[in-house]
Amino acid sequence: MAETAVGPKWRSYGTRRRSTRTLRVRASVTLVLVTVLAVLLVPPLVQLDQQAVDLAAKLQPPSWAHPFGTDDVGRDLLLRCVYGLRVSLLVGVTAALTATVIGTAVGAAAGALGGWADRAVMRLVDTFSSVPHLLLGIFIVAMFRPGVWPVVVSVGLTHWLSTARIVRAEVLSLRSRPYIDAALSGGASRLRIAVRHLLPAVLPQAALAAVLMVPHAMWHESALSFLGLGLPSHLASLGNLIQNARGSLLAGQWWPTLYPGLFLIVPTLAIAGLAGAWRERINPRRRSELML
Amino acid sequence: MARLAGRRSLFAAPVLLAVTFGMFAIAAASPFDPVRAYAGTAALGADRQTLDRLRTNLGVDRPFAERWWDWLTSALTGDLGQSSVMRQPVADVIGERLLWSTLLCTVAFAAAVLVGTLLGVLAARRQGGWFDRTVTSLAYTLSAAPVFWTALLAIWLFALRLDLLPAGGLTDTASEHVTPGQVASHLVLPAGVLAVSQLPWFTLYVRQGVADALAEDPVRGARARGLSEHTVLLGHALRSGLLPVLTLIGSRLPELITGALLVESVFSWPGIAAATVEAATAVDFPLLAALTALATVAVLAGNLLADLLYGLFDPRVKLSEM
Repeated sequence: MAETAVGPKWRSYGTRRRSTRTLRVRASVTLVLVTVLAVLLVPPLVQLDQQAVDLAAKLQPPSWAHPFGTDDVGRDLLLRCVYGLRVSLLVGVTAALTATVIGTAVGAAAGALGGWADRAVMRLVDTFSSVPHLLLGIFIVAMFRPGVWPVVVSVGLTHWLSTARIVRAEVLSLRSRPYIDAALSGGASRLRIAVRHLLPAVLPQAALAAVLMVPHAMWHESALSFLGLGLPSHLASLGNLIQNARGSLLAGQWWPTLYPGLFLIVPTLAIAGLAGAWRERINPRRRSELML
Repeated sequence: MARLAGRRSLFAAPVLLAVTFGMFAIAAASPFDPVRAYAGTAALGADRQTLDRLRTNLGVDRPFAERWWDWLTSALTGDLGQSSVMRQPVADVIGERLLWSTLLCTVAFAAAVLVGTLLGVLAARRQGGWFDRTVTSLAYTLSAAPVFWTALLAIWLFALRLDLLPAGGLTDTASEHVTPGQVASHLVLPAGVLAVSQLPWFTLYVRQGVADALAEDPVRGARARGLSEHTVLLGHALRSGLLPVLTLIGSRLPELITGALLVESVFSWPGIAAATVEAATAVDFPLLAALTALATVAVLAGNLLADLLYGLFDPRVKLSEM
């Protein structure tokens, strides 16, 4: 992956600039790998019960035995965080995939059909964008609570709008390309053009949007869980962990709050760094320092 | 300008209609039962007949489109229904809390724009320098930090550890009256946290805008004329670098409201957003619907404001063509 950062020089900062970029990409790749491996391998390999209550060891500050300390009933926070990240990541990926599938389908349909259908769909997208995401999410969750699916659906249903816009813009720019004209004059049907020629061409953009949406979806899930509207508490996500830590925080114990938050920040930054490099690769002309 | 505002308001009406209609449709499709919500625990022992009578009395046996229309017509006369969780009319709940939410959001947003612009300009002045690197990395980290987490850590540091500022609420528990001094000291932490959560975007956009502008011909021309670096930076680069920020003001508004929602709930700030969370927890549909509609109005108004500002500051934009 390191070679992704080696492109045309950026401005005139020469080698030092480039090495920072390489470093950033390498760090991002490492962190994403560590996150994925930890989430996949720790539960089956480490035969420890994350729910194991040990009241004798409650609220211990970080130490060698418990690197992140313990919570208010003596559960190891490092283990809790890894399990929490697992739940958050699973919900985040599912919600992001849902949103991307809806967004790509709607955006591609709007772009390919054009005319009044396009206008109607884009009006709808504009309308939905006027409601703050979290608020609409809260509304949906409040109506369908409790459970995991309401959370996934509420995050998925509020996040397809940007993907739909991106995909539609991409389809519109592709429609005027010569190879589409060639396919049309060759007698290909609208459906065939959409499926064979347009969809594969927008997939890189859609995939990029999906990857960038994972941290966003994780953020939304934790916000909902933090407000007590998200996942049920036996499925402790990072948001649940922070919510549970509020009591200890007011008693002066900072570690049950700090570490779950870091577990949210680090993957977010890593994915943003990775997606930034990927965006430069598929779209080198629109290179920007803004990775978000 | 007035014409633009008028035309935009006309466009806003169908958006609001669609959003409220959508909310009623979602509620109708959900397993949520208004009768049980209204009767509470009493519904558990009640027989079917009583529940049905209640259903007819509340008018919830009719199709949702009809109920939506009723809600809309009475909302136009100022009657937004009765909030079950607050035990008072929805309009009163909003009236009591709107001031505090507006205060929090305005202070936080102003602070975010001002400090963000300042940091962005300073960072763009020497791109790649230590200050730029520090500010940029901090901005990216902060933009990834969940605002409720920052808020909790801020409480721990400033309220518990250093004991400088109150941890939450609008006034001290001992005081009976709401005095400006009390409110100001209780506002510092929530507004500060909210500002810090919005800061990264303004910093990064201003930095990018000013850095791009610094590489353009007018700036080169200004430097060639021998103008001072100060004039070049503030008079030339910042002026054109600020334009994308105006767009950002409009597009960040939903995020500001989202952030306020979480911050108010962490700091027990008695605003609209805290009421939203309570309404959602108790599935108080009238209150939740009214607050969602209100947030939509705020976002639409913010977009209009951003467009007006754009027209005001960029002479190339003609408002009559927007």
